[in-house]
Amino acid sequence: MYQLLYNITGNVIISTIVVALIPLTVILIYALFAIWLERKVSAHMQDRLGPMRTGWHGWLQTIADMLKMIQKEDTIAADADKKLFNVAPVLVFTGSFAAYAAIPFSSALIGSEIEVGLFYIIAISSLVVAGILMAGWASNNKYSLLGAMRSAAQIVSYEIPTALIVLTMAMYTGTLSLTKISEMQTAYFWNWNIFGGPEFGITKFLLIPFMIVAAIIMFISTLAEVNRTPFDIPEAESELVAGYFTEYSGMKWGMFMLAEYANMLAVSAVVSILFFGGYQSPFGYIGNTLNIQWLIPFEQTFWFLSKGLILVFVQMWLRWTLPRLRVDQLMTVCWKYLIPYAVVNLIVVGIISLI
Amino acid sequence: MKKYLQNTWQAIYTVLVGMKVTFKHLFTRAVTIQYPDVKIPLPERVRNRLYVNIDDCIGCDQCSRACPVNCIEIETVKAVPGEDLGMTSNGKKKALWVTKFNIDFAKCCYCQLCVFPCPTNCIYMTDIYEFSEYDRRNLVYKFSNLTEEEAAEKKANYEKFLAEKEAQKAAASKTQQ
Ligand code: SF4
Ligand code: SF4
Repeated sequence: MYQLLYNITGNVIISTIVVALIPLTVILIYALFAIWLERKVSAHMQDRLGPMRTGWHGWLQTIADMLKMIQKEDTIAADADKKLFNVAPVLVFTGSFAAYAAIPFSSALIGSEIEVGLFYIIAISSLVVAGILMAGWASNNKYSLLGAMRSAAQIVSYEIPTALIVLTMAMYTGTLSLTKISEMQTAYFWNWNIFGGPEFGITKFLLIPFMIVAAIIMFISTLAEVNRTPFDIPEAESELVAGYFTEYSGMKWGMFMLAEYANMLAVSAVVSILFFGGYQSPFGYIGNTLNIQWLIPFEQTFWFLSKGLILVFVQMWLRWTLPRLRVDQLMTVCWKYLIPYAVVNLIVVGIISLI
Repeated sequence: MKKYLQNTWQAIYTVLVGMKVTFKHLFTRAVTIQYPDVKIPLPERVRNRLYVNIDDCIGCDQCSRACPVNCIEIETVKAVPGEDLGMTSNGKKKALWVTKFNIDFAKCCYCQLCVFPCPTNCIYMTDIYEFSEYDRRNLVYKFSNLTEEEAAEKKANYEKFLAEKEAQKAAASKTQQ
């Protein structure tokens, strides 16, 4: 994508900005949609209707809220560490936005085709922890601090099962490039990694149960990394007011929300790339049948976003199903269950792919 | 080991059960209503805001005395002879000007006790339940249909009449002596 723009414009700055703006617009539009969707999903799961008044079934509600939020007073607590306090939301958003640099939306729309995309995403999303800790510490408020500490403990623990599953997939696919992993699972849905990958034979069928386990572990641990229920103890509105962003108001609070929703899509994207074929269509392309080549990238973007949004929907679905875990339960789930399973899974997948 | 696997299975299974329940509710009809647009039909004998048909009120003060929280304030002035106040709708003759009839809905507990003693059935509970106000003082409803000047005039009239009577009495007693 960058190369293409560079060839057209011949200017480094313009092409960089355009390439950076595409995911930003995607995130913004998606976030508006996702916040509306979350309200609707939560409402309907509780037999309510949710927003109905602004626009058809309240679809303008988020935009109205955003306009309201921009007008809000920007309050900073007197004893807060002003510099860190102001930088923290930016940092959190940067962390989740930067992850999009490596995510292939389609074969044509990739921010940066780096070879180590998978590791890059794991590394860059740790920036979010730094931002959250910063926000909690700078707020100079016990609730914020506790929320930030919990968040750090949680994200650091859940990086381990995530990394183990990423390792499994890296070992199985033999690459860390997200584009290559997506390319491997091409054509039809039985080539997706969750159905044992593209090759045929006995290994494929042996792998299926382990791939499913891996996908579940990956999904659970990414859920914890983006602080979504049942792992939303950093926010814990019933115990900690709002956790690490208690002191934030207006657009800075909005940035935390934006980062949360951006993160949800980012991790869903990673899960769908690793297990559900990334941007590949489950049953071939219309563009191929009709022989229109330029249609394919659009179809791919469509499939990619649909897979991402389905996983985001599952995250919301879980949020309105499960209660929040206690801190000790959280640690139990991670250290006693997810990590052993992930390790065993790693070994078994390793042995099977040797056959 | 067996316990461990059992726990894992149970965790996954129970989550799935929960998800099934919430998924079903995603498609059930909402039980809530769009309140200001749609309203639930009220039961027949609801007790909400009071209304006083002041044209029928004879100013007997029964309702005010029945009220357990003293939120009805009534002041009356007797009519002077020659003034015709008309009749109530059920044929009682009115003899008092109701110069003040205030009900403080911030205090009212909607017990309906004021409704029963009224001899003319002019105070009753309506089904209006939306009467919130930003200022508490706006919850004092004034039912008297006399303006303040009129009330003052009636009062003055009555006082003048009393004074005249007094004077007459005095004159009468003087002549007796
Ligand atoms: S309903 Fe009860 S509280 Fe209200 S005015 Fe009548 S007697 Fe008083
Ligand atoms: S009881 Fe009825 S007639 Fe008597 S003062 Fe009250 S409202 Fe008027």
